[in-house]
Amino acid sequence: MAKKGILISYDFCTGCQTCAVACQQEHNHPAGKCGIKVTEYIYEAIKKPVAIDYFPFMTELCDLCANRQRNGEEPACVKHCQSFCMKFGRLDELVKDMELKSRTVLFAPR
Amino acid sequence: MNDQSDIQVFPTITWSAGAGCHGGCGQQLHVKDGKLIKVEGDENSPWNQGRACPRVLALTQYVYHPDRITTPLKRVGNRGEGKFEPISWDEAFDTCEARMRDIREKHGAEAVIFAQGTGRDIGGPISFLAYNYGSPNWCQLGLSGQSCYTPRLGAMKTSTGEFMVLDASQFSEKRYEDPEWEVPKVIIVWGQNPPPTCPDGFFGHWIVDCMQRGSQIISIDPRYTWMSTRAKYHLQIRPGTDGALALGMLNVIIREELYDKEFVEKWTYGFDKLCERVKAYPPDKVSDITWVPEDLIVEAARLYATSKPAAIHWGVPIDMCPQGTTVAQAISHLWTITGNVDIPGGNVIARPTQGVTTYPYTTEELVELYGQELVDKLNQKRIGCDTYPMVKNFRGWAQPDMAIDQIASGKPYPIKGAWIQTANILGGQAARAKFHYEALKKLDFVVVVDLFHNPTTMALADIVLPAATFAEKDSFRAWWTPLAVIQKTIQVGECKSDWEINFEMARRLNDSGIKYNSVKELINERLAVANTNFDELAAKGPRTMPEDGPFKPYRRHERGLLRKDGKPGFETSTGKIELYCKAYESWGLDPLPFYDEPPQSPVTTPELFEKYPLIMITGARSSLFFHSEHRMIPWLREKDPEPYVEVHPETAKKYGVLDGEWIYLENDLGKVKRKVRCSLRVHPQMIHTLHGWWMPEMEGKEPDLFGVWDYQINQLIPGPQHSDSGFGGGQYKTTLVKLSSMIKQGGNNG
Repeated sequence: MAKKGILISYDFCTGCQTCAVACQQEHNHPAGKCGIKVTEYIYEAIKKPVAIDYFPFMTELCDLCANRQRNGEEPACVKHCQSFCMKFGRLDELVKDMELKSRTVLFAPR
Repeated sequence: MNDQSDIQVFPTITWSAGAGCHGGCGQQLHVKDGKLIKVEGDENSPWNQGRACPRVLALTQYVYHPDRITTPLKRVGNRGEGKFEPISWDEAFDTCEARMRDIREKHGAEAVIFAQGTGRDIGGPISFLAYNYGSPNWCQLGLSGQSCYTPRLGAMKTSTGEFMVLDASQFSEKRYEDPEWEVPKVIIVWGQNPPPTCPDGFFGHWIVDCMQRGSQIISIDPRYTWMSTRAKYHLQIRPGTDGALALGMLNVIIREELYDKEFVEKWTYGFDKLCERVKAYPPDKVSDITWVPEDLIVEAARLYATSKPAAIHWGVPIDMCPQGTTVAQAISHLWTITGNVDIPGGNVIARPTQGVTTYPYTTEELVELYGQELVDKLNQKRIGCDTYPMVKNFRGWAQPDMAIDQIASGKPYPIKGAWIQTANILGGQAARAKFHYEALKKLDFVVVVDLFHNPTTMALADIVLPAATFAEKDSFRAWWTPLAVIQKTIQVGECKSDWEINFEMARRLNDSGIKYNSVKELINERLAVANTNFDELAAKGPRTMPEDGPFKPYRRHERGLLRKDGKPGFETSTGKIELYCKAYESWGLDPLPFYDEPPQSPVTTPELFEKYPLIMITGARSSLFFHSEHRMIPWLREKDPEPYVEVHPETAKKYGVLDGEWIYLENDLGKVKRKVRCSLRVHPQMIHTLHGWWMPEMEGKEPDLFGVWDYQINQLIPGPQHSDSGFGGGQYKTTLVKLSSMIKQGGNNG
């Protein structure tokens, strides 16, 4: 079976933290434990006095929601993302998507 | 792992408690053995299309939180001692009935004030109770100038006869696939950071959806935000000067003849007078006032006016400007003179869906629900009615600044009781929070209906009634779109919905009786105008607009769908959109927009500015909290754990404070603790901090009151300086303060 992952168009991540709470609810993780961490970075960029980026990034705890996949569902973070900036799929297909989009990162689990 | 076969899935619609929002989202509640185990976004909902927010996904932690109040309580110690005992609903209702009857007999029904916050479906049930009891004094007590959407609503209604919102195709079930809809080429996001919030019947991320489909953004915001950093133009405005900016943009668009001549000619009244007025606001002068560079003002105005369709989405800072109703008027004139009214991708007319009233926004709706006679009678005693024309004529609120002054002074008549529901006044919206505390403490009888103890229940309540979350109640929603019912799926303790509580109290307190046998009967009566009922909407799901008629865009003014007489045009005295507002004129208000400086500013109060050299902006939203709620929810609090203040690094250096240091924000009204977050988000002469902070983990009883006097920022917001209309002007964005180091004052840092 082809390996799967999540493509994140992080330019559209607004930092709302929905993915993190979706993960905690799905896995019943307590506060302090989460399969995804959203980091905020505010900085001076090229030709921009201020840039604001959010980086949603998976942790060791991410199993791409194996239980949900068995029921034919997408990972909880992908489904609930308010910007629709996460896409779940086969890595080889997501790589093709990357060629069309800017400012993306691809997550592949262990 | 749960055995899926035991799980029932109930689709419903959000509206606050739990999610903390203005509702509309489709969510699926997963229930096992009568217990909520999970929330999933509903993919069938055209509104959110499967999405959710962190607050609704944390619902299980909210609903089953160990601190939830789950039975009625009565106070057994002194006020503030924190001693409460559980009582039955019968005893609670009996007590409330007896005490409120007593006040009514001795002092009149107007001596009880009905105070709401912004959450839940509260406007319907609290006005129902107030009107059945016979009190006209219903308002968002503490919210200075009633400065949240009411000024904008009032300005739109009086000059256009309608309300208008950005068109993100929310009125169509097909949403972005609807062939009639167009993506706004340009969106002005004026005074709001939409992603963390869903304001006023609008899903914040709809604007992000539009951006992904090509909309360019003009961001008007004193702070840098995710959206402003992705905008074509970011106008970093001085807080409170939005009125000048709107007039400056009107000046550019008119002077350069970029307006829609056909629309202006055919559908507006008073354009020539507006042209004269805006001459006083050339861009160079407006630049001096607003601190926005002149070329940016000109370029933004040009881009907006030459892109069609273009839309404006606006936020609460407009209401909080001095003369909020006139600032809103000026901004709405921008979409009018560019002909972006009720066109695909413009600002479209929005009415309470299909004629259903859940929450009476206007006097017209109050009259429909309760009759002209009762409304006229109650208006004779309504606080602010005689003083302010817009309070009298647009919306049935008491004027909140006058209300608290009257509670304190007893003049012109005494207020003896308060029914506080969905409102943590002391920990939340109250400007002059300490003054509210002192005044409300003296009341004879206070009921607070809420879900958790908070500074308001602790300091004031004689009776606390436990309210339900949206998962635990039957209710209905008709705010713009869709028409939907909220369905009860679980029961927690003895909690009841606000409708159930107020229905029972209204039944007991109206001596003529009420005409319904149940809440459902009342809901069905209000839904009848849309030819539907609770059970049908529950079975079939939310309903967007019928294809034809006055509730579905577009171009309804051309089709004769807006006026009661069926003629084309708008429901105003001139039949047109009034750029020169005849209603304002008849009420003795300036019919044309103008600019007033904030009551505290470098310009108005230079001496105060010398003492307090920073403009404090409060109240930007966190996606984790709804106003003063959610601080006790572990999944949410961990992601936004502390009340911080954003300080520009240069400013921090100048005043000798460090990133991460606990400091005081201070002015003549007091001082409040904050943790410094050095950030490029803010202008060096401004700081920003979140509102609504208290600490559920701290001691609840007096004098601590969950740390409210340490952290409640609205202690520093001064008193009444509201607009000439009575609505608008709360100084939540424009108050002057200074930073002071706690260490240098001998405090222990943190």
